[in-house]
Amino acid sequence: MDLLNAFVAFANFVLIPATAYGAQLALGALGVTLIYGILRFSNIAHGDTMAFGTMVTILVTWGLQGMGMDGIGPLPTALLALPVGIAACALWLLATDRVVYRFYRAQKAAPVILVIVSMGVMFVTNGVVRFVIGTDDQRFSDGERFIISARTFREMTGLEEGLAFRTSQGLTIVVAAVAVALLFWFLNRTRTGKSMRAFSDNEDLALLSGINPERVVMVAWLITAALATTAGVLYGLDKSFMPFTYFQLLLPIFAAAVVGGLGSPLGAIAGGFVIAFSEVTVTYAFRKVVSYLGPEEWSPDGLLQLLSTDYKFAVSFAILVIVLIYRPTGLFRGKAV
Amino acid sequence: MGGAASQRQAPGLLAEGPARTALLFGLVAVLFVGTGLTQSWNTTLAIFNMGLVSAIMALGVNMQWGYAGLFNIGVMGFVALGGLAAVLVSMPPVPGAWEAGGPRMILALLSGAATVAAAIAVQKRMPPGKLRAVAVAAVLVGGFVLYRALFDPARDAIEAVNPAQAGYLGGLGLPIVLAWPVGGLIAAGAAWIVGKTALGLRSDYLAIATLGIAEIIIAVLKNEDWLARGVKNVSGLPRPVPYEVDLQQSPAFVERVSGWGFDPVIASSIAVKLGYAGLFILVLVVLVAAAQAALNSPWGRMMRAIRDNETAAEAMGKDVTRRHLQIFILGSAICGLAGAMMTTLDGQLTPGSYQPLRFTFLVWVMVIVGGSGNNLGAVLGGFLIWWLWVMVEPLGQGLMGIVTAPMPDGSWLKAHLLDSVQYMRLFTMGLVLLLVLRFSPRGLLPER
Repeated sequence: MDLLNAFVAFANFVLIPATAYGAQLALGALGVTLIYGILRFSNIAHGDTMAFGTMVTILVTWGLQGMGMDGIGPLPTALLALPVGIAACALWLLATDRVVYRFYRAQKAAPVILVIVSMGVMFVTNGVVRFVIGTDDQRFSDGERFIISARTFREMTGLEEGLAFRTSQGLTIVVAAVAVALLFWFLNRTRTGKSMRAFSDNEDLALLSGINPERVVMVAWLITAALATTAGVLYGLDKSFMPFTYFQLLLPIFAAAVVGGLGSPLGAIAGGFVIAFSEVTVTYAFRKVVSYLGPEEWSPDGLLQLLSTDYKFAVSFAILVIVLIYRPTGLFRGKAV
Repeated sequence: MGGAASQRQAPGLLAEGPARTALLFGLVAVLFVGTGLTQSWNTTLAIFNMGLVSAIMALGVNMQWGYAGLFNIGVMGFVALGGLAAVLVSMPPVPGAWEAGGPRMILALLSGAATVAAAIAVQKRMPPGKLRAVAVAAVLVGGFVLYRALFDPARDAIEAVNPAQAGYLGGLGLPIVLAWPVGGLIAAGAAWIVGKTALGLRSDYLAIATLGIAEIIIAVLKNEDWLARGVKNVSGLPRPVPYEVDLQQSPAFVERVSGWGFDPVIASSIAVKLGYAGLFILVLVVLVAAAQAALNSPWGRMMRAIRDNETAAEAMGKDVTRRHLQIFILGSAICGLAGAMMTTLDGQLTPGSYQPLRFTFLVWVMVIVGGSGNNLGAVLGGFLIWWLWVMVEPLGQGLMGIVTAPMPDGSWLKAHLLDSVQYMRLFTMGLVLLLVLRFSPRGLLPER
């Protein structure tokens, strides 16, 4: 029986990675849920929006690295490039809104038409990203790799099990917390934020009280650009950047938004962590943790892994189905029925 | 669809009706013949055969979207299930593998299915409450443990049999044409599961659910080696048409094509492709005829009435969710059929090659461009967009060649631009989709 080592192993392989992943998903799902609340459609292009912002950030990072930068102290250079990525992503989203979405908004087209339109935008964004940066895996992290490495931790505590806390993971959690705090401050305290919530709750009433819908929509895209790029860059730093992976992130992100309740920002955050923790827990092989808990001879033969990691999408999907059956409006009572 | 739908077309050649249909099909035919004359007939036939398969996929999606307004973005999954059917039906059984773990595997799968069925039964029979939730969870957990206990050894035993060449159960060794309807059936089964959970909710939810099921199906195909060898691929599927080599060695064939003045090697390849084309055309014609008959029947009118106003249709006593489930299954089955045909044409199942952009979203472009709600439109879109998809690459290469011509050789930008031409496809398809949605939302052949 070795509770401490078991917990350290659990924290190392489940708790920390899932928290970081959950924060990334939450930021992505916030973008989806915001567009859903304001523009009232599910944006299929969201994964590729993330890829676009991340791509620009990577290019700027490479430029800075080429000029001889190697991280801002212990932090990755990409943090310095992030504002440029957000700005470029915002320009791209505003351009697509001006050229594509605005026409359908004026026509009051059905939401499903907008979903199909976003499919076209997805193709175009996808093509642009692949055209510029290709389809390969790209790494762009630099700076200090670990806050605590497994070895330092072992030396510090004298425990058998190591605990690694990567800079990218710590950074993800901090940046996501700051971003969410800013977002909620904006939505709850500022005039524009309040008008956005009013617009999301009741469009006609908001219009009657003199809220300018085009401005609300513009701000929604700007915030989405910031959230999507941040989420994409954090994910890229934590794992790596590959356009197709970002497209595939669409499923867990949507699952997070639906589980939390489409249109509910708080729900998107909760949904992100629910999905991330389930995904990591179900696909983690618990053999090591369990072997610390029991006497040596009880140590299990199998890996104690419920599902192989290749099936992580199945976890998002299963949670999605369960929520759709039992509570279609999501945990936080979103607007979709 | 969309508000601009009421725009009237200019009269004359482009007026709606049979003349427009004939003209547009004629134009697509000209594209294919032109490709044949300028490049090679062999290439053209290869494009044409995939065009036929694409047209059938588009028919399936058109049923779901055009007739009923259902948004399925998991086409890839149903297509891949069709491909799986081709392997399971046509490959010979692997000797040894069945003895090693076949019955155990079937028992494991049955226990998995029984677990789910039992959980659903408990859910339905017991009164709602905490006790029911606990009971359902207990059934699921117990069933899962049992399933894994049966499944894992069976899988390991099967995969240990001759892993380099086989390592899977193999198929039934039946003619591969039988796999086409079977592929449809398997896809229909998957569609039933998705439809049961996601239909009746918001349209976006069906989209997300189908997206998910498609990813899961591909993950299963990639990882379950015992089923169809996973990413090790199954190649050398039996064919419904003769092999080129056999034709080249047949004196009668060589004599005949030589008499016509053809090179036997090229002629054999063309003959094989024509054989596929004949089979595929047969399927397409039957499907289009059936789809047209269905669309014009009271059933088809009911479907469109439901699509245009669900509330009114429901008030008239139509069971909207049930009808939606019906057409969702039907459309997915057609995608499965097309998937089985495609794998037959390829002669191999390569799970790694299933990409959502190619198999889901491209089919959507076909339906929207061709004209949603119009079967002939979907067929037209299938041929046209497939041709474009194949041709954009050489066209883009030519264009990029001109653009980069003034740049010095060996420059970084020139190399990058020339390398990236292949991704122009996605960009072009997105552009085509957006332009059609904006300026001609009813597509090339609008619904009548």
